[in-house]
Amino acid sequence: MIPTLSHYLAVAAILFALGLFTVLTRRNAVAILMGVELMLNAANINLVAFNKFVVGGLGGQAFALFVVVLAAAEAAVGLAIVLSIFHTFKTIDVRAADLMRE
Amino acid sequence: MRNKKKLIAWTIGSAAVIGAVGVLSARLSPALAAGGARAATGPFTLVDGVFWFLAALTVAGAAAVALSRNILYSALGLLAALLGVAGLYVFLSADFVAVAQVMIYIGGVLTLVLFAIMLTNRIGEVNISNASLGWASGGILSAILLALLLVIGFEIPWAVRPAPAVATTAPLGHALLQRWLLPFELASLILLATLIGAIIIARKEIRAE
Repeated sequence: MIPTLSHYLAVAAILFALGLFTVLTRRNAVAILMGVELMLNAANINLVAFNKFVVGGLGGQAFALFVVVLAAAEAAVGLAIVLSIFHTFKTIDVRAADLMRE
Repeated sequence: MRNKKKLIAWTIGSAAVIGAVGVLSARLSPALAAGGARAATGPFTLVDGVFWFLAALTVAGAAAVALSRNILYSALGLLAALLGVAGLYVFLSADFVAVAQVMIYIGGVLTLVLFAIMLTNRIGEVNISNASLGWASGGILSAILLALLLVIGFEIPWAVRPAPAVATTAPLGHALLQRWLLPFELASLILLATLIGAIIIARKEIRAE
């Protein structure tokens, strides 16, 4: 049982589906951001796996690195916005945040 | 006691998912071989065991993120999932990406997430802070997507080529500073903009009286 491309694709598929489920069902903004991180990771596994098994070279890995960097930036700005929402509305339920400022 | 039961339930659940994927892939591997791919045959070695452990860790962590009632457990599940993904990167001979994953995601993003949880949830009511709704519709949509992705992953005869395990850190460093120099610099610019933006968004306004 050597792990083939399909195994990695399966793990990434499960990860993406669980991330999507998190984003769809959570009301907590921080939990939604965690779901987004899961989906980004699933996409990254696909990038690196296709890079190794199909394409070759290093393009997929470099792209995965940029995805990681952008995910960090997204998390920083997203959580800053969450904190700002919390200061304004005293809750981070995403259904309550319907104003840009008080 | 309840937590122990929960832990056992999580373990069994993730093992069941991994087993299902394994059975599915074993059933479909002849089709893969016919499609020109490498057949998934051979004895079950320690390396394969490590792969399945990492896959189980990833899936169990992701399941904890998606399903746990307590948002702190969700964050710890995210930790497990990110660690598992880093291990999978090592399997895919992406050493530097794995290290970057551990340093940036676990060292940076997860810490940020934990900070956000601590700052925004009243810890006393943390058990009800992670409520969710729309389980039915969200579950159906996710299940359809999962089935679609699994069929794509297993049924399409990808043009797989032999993939020896090689160290890629040094070539990746050269590639980043030669071929991908412009995106590399753009990434640093984006990080700077993010830094400034996050500070401006999250700071407390001090109004002059």
